[in-house]
Amino acid sequence: MADFNIDDTVDITDVVCPTTFVKAKVALEDLDEGQILSIRMNDGEPVQNVPRSIKEEGHKILKLTDNEDGTYTLIVEKVGD
Amino acid sequence: MAFTNEQLERYSRHIILKEVGAKGQKKLLNAKVLIIGAGGLGAPAALYLAAAGVGTIGIADADEVDLSNLQRQVIHTTNDIGKAKVQSAKETMNAINPDVTVNTYRTFVSSDNILDLIKDYDFIIDGTDNFPAKFLINDACVMAKKPFSHAGIIRFKGQLMTYVPGQGPCYRCVFKNPPPKDAVPTCKQAGVIGAMGGVIGSLQAMEAVKYIIGQGELLTGYLLTYDALTMEFRKVKLPRDTSHCAVCGDHPTITELIDYEQAECDGVHLTNEAE
Repeated sequence: MADFNIDDTVDITDVVCPTTFVKAKVALEDLDEGQILSIRMNDGEPVQNVPRSIKEEGHKILKLTDNEDGTYTLIVEKVGD
Repeated sequence: MAFTNEQLERYSRHIILKEVGAKGQKKLLNAKVLIIGAGGLGAPAALYLAAAGVGTIGIADADEVDLSNLQRQVIHTTNDIGKAKVQSAKETMNAINPDVTVNTYRTFVSSDNILDLIKDYDFIIDGTDNFPAKFLINDACVMAKKPFSHAGIIRFKGQLMTYVPGQGPCYRCVFKNPPPKDAVPTCKQAGVIGAMGGVIGSLQAMEAVKYIIGQGELLTGYLLTYDALTMEFRKVKLPRDTSHCAVCGDHPTITELIDYEQAECDGVHLTNEAE
């Protein structure tokens, strides 16, 4: 992840669907356009649904990394205000 | 202010909406709404505003819960009979949402107290059941430049409109003066279908929420009427009467609040419950 300048990080492994997406969305709302958020999420439902929901909101998915500990890290660029 | 995980979950259906989001939910949590009357209209309005996380809700009513209230005033229960309505309402609101601070005012509104009651609130909901109170709330809100939702219900009919200072007519632009005593029956004499308070009071809560989050079109410049028997909603366009309105017009003749006399049939038990 050294290839991105992360502006903020959020851990959504402590909540369940649909709060996972809500927590990520709230973190994105606090950023400015073009800033980058790193989101740590659990394998399974979160990794299946959260990236898709974020994409539907119009944000740009930059990278999804398997942390090989049952979690993934999603790098998102905020689009829009 | 950051949301707790519990708040994220509680308000998730709001935050997911693009018109609300985290910003809108924070506006709701920081907002202050005063509900005048904890009756047929005030009950559902108070329930929805508390559930929505409106951070400070004031509720004013001098009455106690009566058995005959329970057919429509859904914030009170059978166990609350005899309890102050504002206390009963506060307990239910806090049971729904402990995030909400509920201020209770066990009083009827009058020219002596209304300006003081409304001064700290962002939006006022008129859930009263009588014309003197409705004109008083209108005049006070115009004078204090406070937005408010007017509503009235009787039998199978209901109506509401929203006043925002400088943006459309006030209640008095449309209805110049209270009707003569006994010209219009109260719901005590005429009856009211219970769910009518739910329909119209919920619409008042919706107007308050939209005003707070700054989304959509309000009922400013319109009177919405609802007839449950014919199942018709009508949205009637109303002009602002800037040249003649006695309170919000260019040359107001009403510059002090008026306590109109209550119709005799209500004189003994003046209530702030829904019309």
